[in-house]
Amino acid sequence: MTAHATAERTVPPIRPEIDRVLPPFVEAPVTRALPLGARLWRQGWLRKALILAILAAVWEGLAWSKDNDLLLPGFTATLSALAGGLADGELIERVRVSLAVLAQGYAIGALLAFGLTTIAVSTQFGRDLLSTLTAMFNPLPAIALLPLALLWFGLGNGSLVFVLVHAVLWPLALNTFAGFQGVPETLRMAGRNYGLTGLAYVWQILIPAALPAILSGLKIGWAFAWRTLIAAELVFGAASGKGGLGWFIYQNRNELYTDRVFAGLLVVILIGLFVENVVFATLERVTVRRWGVVR
Amino acid sequence: MTLLETGVRAVPPEPETAAWSGPATASPTLPDPLMRIAGVSLEYRTPARVVRAAHRIDLDVYEADRFVLLGPSGCGKSTLLKAIAGFIPPVEGEITLGGAPVRGPGPDRIVVFQEFDQLPPWKTVLQNVAFPLRASRRLGLREATERARHAIDKVGLTSFADSYPHQLSGGMKQRVAIARALAMQPRVLLMDEPFAALDALTRRRMQEELLDLWDEIRFTLLFVTHSIEEALVVGNRVALLSPHPGRVRSEINSHAFDLTSLGSLDFQAAARRLHERLFETDGSAA
Repeated sequence: MTAHATAERTVPPIRPEIDRVLPPFVEAPVTRALPLGARLWRQGWLRKALILAILAAVWEGLAWSKDNDLLLPGFTATLSALAGGLADGELIERVRVSLAVLAQGYAIGALLAFGLTTIAVSTQFGRDLLSTLTAMFNPLPAIALLPLALLWFGLGNGSLVFVLVHAVLWPLALNTFAGFQGVPETLRMAGRNYGLTGLAYVWQILIPAALPAILSGLKIGWAFAWRTLIAAELVFGAASGKGGLGWFIYQNRNELYTDRVFAGLLVVILIGLFVENVVFATLERVTVRRWGVVR
Repeated sequence: MTLLETGVRAVPPEPETAAWSGPATASPTLPDPLMRIAGVSLEYRTPARVVRAAHRIDLDVYEADRFVLLGPSGCGKSTLLKAIAGFIPPVEGEITLGGAPVRGPGPDRIVVFQEFDQLPPWKTVLQNVAFPLRASRRLGLREATERARHAIDKVGLTSFADSYPHQLSGGMKQRVAIARALAMQPRVLLMDEPFAALDALTRRRMQEELLDLWDEIRFTLLFVTHSIEEALVVGNRVALLSPHPGRVRSEINSHAFDLTSLGSLDFQAAARRLHERLFETDGSAA
């Protein structure tokens, strides 16, 4: 290295070393609370309530500007029709009928889906079976099977349960299978390392690990089932004299009680919101959120 | 009952620092090895071809050994560990544990993986540690919980027993995995680069804790790493594997080294020897 080169290059200066003993930190708190506004905004239910309030206000404004109760009753008119329906017990009975059928179809569909995916994870034939069946039937609208179901099961709950099972089974099976496929290899090996095989392995490793996908499958299945049920009731109405919510909507439309039609639709929406935000949200909070596998 | 049950303070046989160059010939005074890997070749399949990962590996692991498999990537050390765990069957040769051949995964060989997702996220620390005890039907709920608590105390996570894995740092997750493995009292504890995903300072502390635990319990450890320093610190015997396919290049003794000997001349000499053998080019052996 020549003298010339050293002159050209910048050399960082050599500074004295620093060595200080740090006293305990007391000048300010290390953590502090968020301001009230930010804390309120973090509450999901508050944000969603705000959205619902805005939607209701827009609805009321539209109805007020149209000023035609036969075509578009306002939010308050719908609420009073809803209150009337709840008060005389008719609406509650209709909801009960619908939900009872729904629960049957949903439970059977979910059981079948878990059976099918358990076969699919353990054998190649099961995988082929699942992919072929879902490719065939998943795109088929459940309501399109209704005429056939009526032929086979007659005018009754049997037909409704059949189309509901069809609506739940395929999306749930697809999601569950995708969830099983996505279980990390390390976790699988850890499970097998402890000697878990067969059903114990599926139950103790695969299902909890795939729970985020299974829950989203259950949600999709729920939405499909609910809309299929209402549509089916609209199409073929009361089974054995006791109609569900869809029948309630259809009947009142025929009699031009538009406010009661809206009340029926509102109940459909409210039940949907309840299941999504209370039932599924609770399920997620005590499982996947608590485990930190979804945000 | 306790982790200390292994009691007999077994000390691995340490053949007198055999001449480095000489092959490790088993002297007649040696006890029977706990685990024998005899002529084991391993292959794995890619969609296009079959790859030989390890070729005719011979290794003997004795009771209370801290046996390290050291080598570059592609030397088949992790594949070998998976074969010992029973996830991959050898294409030739045999792995025996206490005289019985290894067939399939089992709770007598617990693996601590490198990845943090080896802990089921739906179980708390306590449930995670008790999980294999319950899954292998060894203990009832109460005994399993008791032993799990004991193991958690051992790795210093007592106050985190009811936390979920996502609430822990990487080092703490590995401690849980180690506690889980120790609670099972496996005949061989298999560790696949358990500290590789940790930061350097945490890794140093974990090595220290592992050595302390070994000193207390005297379990048999098979440890895979690609760090020369870690191999010398953690192991009492280091097998150096050469890559493509993996073959045993050397076996050296490193029982003399621990974390306090990091800067010493002997340590540096041993590290240099390993370094030369790791990076030698074909034909020009160091």
